Amino acid sequence: MAFLLKGAHAVDPQVGLDEVVDVLIDGERVAEVGSDLEAGQDVQVIDATGKYLVPGLVDMHVHFRDPGFEYKETIETGSRAATHGGFTDVATMPNTDPVTDTGTGIRYQIDRGHAAGLCHIRPIGAMTRGEKGEALSEIGDMVLEGAVAFSDDGHGVQSAGMMRTCMEYIAQFDRVAIAHCEIETLSGHGVINEGKASTRLGMFGWPALAEELEIYRDIELCRLTGCPLHIAHISTVKGLELVKGAKAEGLPVTCEVTPHHLFLNEDDIDTTYNTNLKMNPPLRTPDDAAALREGILDGSIDCLVTDHAPHAAHEKDCEWEIAFFGTVGLETSLPLMLNNLVRTGKMSWQRLVEVMAVNPRSVLRLPKVKVERGSVADLTLIDPDREVTVTEDYLQSRSKNSAFLGQTLVGSATDVFVAGRRTLENGVVA
Amino acid sequence: MLSVKNLIDTYSLTADDITQILDTAASFEAINNRPGIKKVPALRGRTIVNLFLEPSTRTKSSFELAEKRLSADSLSMGGSTSSVVKGESLADTIQTIDAMNVDMFVCRARLAGTPQKITENTDAVVINAGDGKHQHPTQAMLDLYTIRKHFGHLDGLKVAIVGDLAHSRVCGSLAPALKTMGAEVTLVGPPTFQVDDPDWFGCPQTSSLDEVIEDMDVVYMLRVQLERMEGAAIPSKREYNRLYGLDMRRVNHMKENAIICHPGPMNRGMEINADVADCARSRILNQVNAGVLTRMAEMYLLLGGESNGISA
Repeated sequence: MAFLLKGAHAVDPQVGLDEVVDVLIDGERVAEVGSDLEAGQDVQVIDATGKYLVPGLVDMHVHFRDPGFEYKETIETGSRAATHGGFTDVATMPNTDPVTDTGTGIRYQIDRGHAAGLCHIRPIGAMTRGEKGEALSEIGDMVLEGAVAFSDDGHGVQSAGMMRTCMEYIAQFDRVAIAHCEIETLSGHGVINEGKASTRLGMFGWPALAEELEIYRDIELCRLTGCPLHIAHISTVKGLELVKGAKAEGLPVTCEVTPHHLFLNEDDIDTTYNTNLKMNPPLRTPDDAAALREGILDGSIDCLVTDHAPHAAHEKDCEWEIAFFGTVGLETSLPLMLNNLVRTGKMSWQRLVEVMAVNPRSVLRLPKVKVERGSVADLTLIDPDREVTVTEDYLQSRSKNSAFLGQTLVGSATDVFVAGRRTLENGVVA
Repeated sequence: MLSVKNLIDTYSLTADDITQILDTAASFEAINNRPGIKKVPALRGRTIVNLFLEPSTRTKSSFELAEKRLSADSLSMGGSTSSVVKGESLADTIQTIDAMNVDMFVCRARLAGTPQKITENTDAVVINAGDGKHQHPTQAMLDLYTIRKHFGHLDGLKVAIVGDLAHSRVCGSLAPALKTMGAEVTLVGPPTFQVDDPDWFGCPQTSSLDEVIEDMDVVYMLRVQLERMEGAAIPSKREYNRLYGLDMRRVNHMKENAIICHPGPMNRGMEINADVADCARSRILNQVNAGVLTRMAEMYLLLGGESNGISA
């Protein structure tokens, strides 16, 4: 199948592209980028006037709950949500049941992704067996089966010695260690940011220090071992300062942030105890959120991720202290960025493409995807004026626990191409 | 009329709300002190469910007596007999009871926010009888009643709340209520028991009881929950008593007219010594007595009674 996208505003900082062009997709590849391209036989012409064409979006931090918790999400339903949100690639976290800590588990993720046939599933393997933080998992075997990175996400690796071993071992492969930073003796029973929110609502606090101290530790382990380090879902000013410092020293350290930590804060949690705002790490202060927004604009934060964390209704429709942590995010991520940062002129399209497409591929050691002749045709077409209202019906994820329910956002993906296949067509998943 | 439909927390109450509750409670005092029939038909035919999801003796019996004295029909459930322990969700429990047409829920729960969650599943009035570490507004009202009865007013009084501040719903509801009524509150406790953000309360916080005690009109001792000691927040009962316990040596530094309160149950010999608990300044049993009066007032007002409508 061939497609000719007419009159798209293509943005790709990798090739210095920021102009209206025609793009011909033939088979799995981009066949031509130019002006006034003619459609040959059997070429479907798509009028892309007024839309933006970018390298396919990548969410390098999602939880698809498959295997083990299929009632929350499966690789198939998660792929639908990802496609609906405009993504061509997602990196799945290994806290499944059983934990994805073997080559077989990695192969299962990839095979299920092929069966779903919508987006590229890029599995992240567990660093330690069962994510227990006690023994190395078969990292080499997982690399050979297609693991793109390693993480015990959901927990910090509590033992500094174990984390050192993991990073030393991972350093032999061209892969990053992704660190969920949380010292559990400090976060304890915390369910909300320690400070005003914990005082106001009468619950145990999860202090910023529990995150920051482990970021510091892991940066030092990066220095010691040489293993590239990626800090997951950074949430505080101080944590970001530590990452900036490491980068300034030239250490191979990167980090990511979620839309909920950018656009929500602890003051949004009121006495209705809306459990869709219960996160790990928790929503922090307005000052933290402002610093993170600054960080994603100025380049100190590399990637935007959703930490897409589906949970069933009964796991959220309960008292805050026993509700599960997390929000779904795949279908609100791009609209939030467009509505809150791009449309307001704070973020350029170039920067959006860097944090949502270019940088995540680089961190995951994936081949580059460009709006350029010969590149694989993993592309996202975005209508900057298309409005979405976040309702349960809008969400194609199996779970509906969005922190942004009720919001109306302007800007969203209309079409997605994965290796030349049109997986999203005018906002409808194929 | 109160400005709120439900009694969930004290920071939603206006000074006028609190005054109405205290004045109405005062008018119930004569009924409560009758030698004979301590009962009025004010809530006859109204149905109240006491849902106690966490063990409670004094609060539960206080509510039950208050309901009986107002002639309400009440039902107490919870603990090991409730379906919550069988795995039913709170929403299902409330919708089930709600389907039986009740007028009011009185709820005690281990988890913060439970009473608010109940309001989302029923049109009945909800009273928070203590939710986790969050709020205990009916305790705050009985405390204010006791203090006002002694001094005749609340504004300008200096009150120290002493003890396990961070884990205390009593502190969380009393401090804002006192502030609303114009009292000055000082929080006193070891650093490991102090609140995460005292600025939110707008109260100074100190770790020295001895430095502040002589200025106080009320010294309010909180119960130390002994299970908190497992987390090593304090080293021992002995040390706690020495640094923060209210003993006669400290009591002798108090102002002449100052009083001592405690929400109970007391750990005698830990936060309060036995001779202090029983001394003339102690208002601890007056607080228990005021609990019935103020709970009568809260239920009466929230179910539509007028603050000037009571005649003994």
